[in-house]
Amino acid sequence: MSIRRVLIGLVAAGACSLTAGQAQTPAPAKPPAAPQPERFGIGRPAAPEEIAALDIEVGPDGGGLPPGSATSADGAPIYAAKCATCHGATGKEGPNDRLVGRAPGDAFPFGRDPAVPKTIGSYWPYATTVFDYIRRAMPPTTPGSLSDHDVYALTAYLLTLNDLISPDAIVDRESLPKVKMPARDHFIPDPRGGPKIAPMPVKPK
Amino acid sequence: MKVTRRTLLAGAAGTVVAGARARAQAPQVPADPTKVRGRPARALGERSPFEAPKRLPRSATGAFTPHQDLMGTITPSDLHFERHHGGVPDIDPKRYSLLVHGMVGRPMVFTLDDLKRFPQVSRICFLECSGNLNRTAPPETTPQQLAGQTSQSEWTGVMLSTIFKEVGVSPKATWFLAEGSDAAVLTRSVPVSKAFDDAMIAYGQNGEAIRPEQGYPARLLLPGWEGNTNVKWLRRIELSDHAFMTREETSKYTDPLANDTARMFSFVMDARSLITYPTYPVSVAKGWLEVRGIAWTGYGRITRVDVSTNGGKTWTAAKLQGPVLPKAHTRFRHFFQWDGSETIIMSRAVDETGYKQPMRGELFAQRGPGAANYHMNPVTGWIIQPDGKVVYKQEPWGPGGDPA
Repeated sequence: MSIRRVLIGLVAAGACSLTAGQAQTPAPAKPPAAPQPERFGIGRPAAPEEIAALDIEVGPDGGGLPPGSATSADGAPIYAAKCATCHGATGKEGPNDRLVGRAPGDAFPFGRDPAVPKTIGSYWPYATTVFDYIRRAMPPTTPGSLSDHDVYALTAYLLTLNDLISPDAIVDRESLPKVKMPARDHFIPDPRGGPKIAPMPVKPK
Repeated sequence: MKVTRRTLLAGAAGTVVAGARARAQAPQVPADPTKVRGRPARALGERSPFEAPKRLPRSATGAFTPHQDLMGTITPSDLHFERHHGGVPDIDPKRYSLLVHGMVGRPMVFTLDDLKRFPQVSRICFLECSGNLNRTAPPETTPQQLAGQTSQSEWTGVMLSTIFKEVGVSPKATWFLAEGSDAAVLTRSVPVSKAFDDAMIAYGQNGEAIRPEQGYPARLLLPGWEGNTNVKWLRRIELSDHAFMTREETSKYTDPLANDTARMFSFVMDARSLITYPTYPVSVAKGWLEVRGIAWTGYGRITRVDVSTNGGKTWTAAKLQGPVLPKAHTRFRHFFQWDGSETIIMSRAVDETGYKQPMRGELFAQRGPGAANYHMNPVTGWIIQPDGKVVYKQEPWGPGGDPA
């Protein structure tokens, strides 16, 4: 027997024993998946005061508006001191977002005409958003520096400049959600293939 | 600036200095690297000194990804586009916490370590600002300048559904507010259904902690949805039965239509493709040329990318680099032989819903001439000039180059 034949025989025997071994030992059953609880017990309960400290948003129904009130006259000096540099002396000049102005006939021509400015009076659907956004993010150089009274005052001033409330109107948590915004009924849910969820619940009157 | 002899001279001197500096900074390497012992191991790697891809800051509030310099589909984390409304905050991860409250059984606070203890998941997906098109781009426009506000990472974190089960979200909750801890305290309303689909709270990006520009230490990640809803530096989630009508989802990020309405909550990013080579400022030579680019859709998988190398007269299906992942940049490539005559190359994506990326004209016909610069995803074209220079040109492409 040549060395070559011995080697071939050994390799063949090895192959056979491997095959036989595989046949004799069944593949181990897949172990069960690790159980996963509904809850892991990670994290800690939030205290009411820490929720209150962060829970700053104001909803379209006025939910979250703080106590207090102000009128347009209260807001004029604050606007001149803290807002006019970016938004213009009367809210129409820029250089940043134009805040004041109505669309002709309170129409909503923005898809047809890119020249019509999107202001609070022409494009913002909820007056409550004005309060929420100013308190949240303005002015950008000193964010979070305005008191709730300042924010009510600026909201009243901007709504007055947009002819949405009378100059002597008192803006507070009751009156602000009731301000009728010209753009209110022009927004539609996305008609494309995204989620179909009504933004606002239908509340019984 | 009024041009005087002095400013001219100063300008010339500046050019000379810049040129000298560029020469001084040219990497010095040995003529034969096999004859010099190399540099020892080091703690932190860096790019070859010959490579210097950069984001392009558009203003203080955003910087764009250099698509023309990238390969494959993952965006290096330091080149991921950034966009923010109150600057990038510095946040100590030890002091970070996430509050989840509202219509839940158990209002809770989670530290970063808490979030990391939950079952961890990773996924690759694109993230695109919904305002990702330079509509008035001149011929000298790079892909970065045209559409540099989409990037892709492998994100790691915890499924939002895991957190929602932990706090016991009420079955009556339909929306949640996500709030960031940046100076804009940015807020968006998101349907709860997204949380039980594929939303995550991400704390990892491409194998390491998420970058500050992308929301360090933790952000909301809503695969396929407009970038603005993926709230960064996430500090609070409030469950509710209605949307909150924040400034970002009313006066911004809404899409006026020609019929005197505007779409709101237009979350999903439509299918799109972008050629990244050959594009301005490269020049090409006659002969075989590979058109390369990325395609993506917020609705699932890209199924096809068609490429035209003759201004839209004919289209050919490009090769897609697998694996093709859902809601992810997908690399496409198409070889063709350029004969040296002026032509226009363009690409159009098709996704698994059957949606086909529209021509610019179709898009404006649907949306109206006043369409806001959100969700603009037109087919874009590049002209290869007879001298080999490549420049951008938007529709209409003109005689001989009109879309089919």
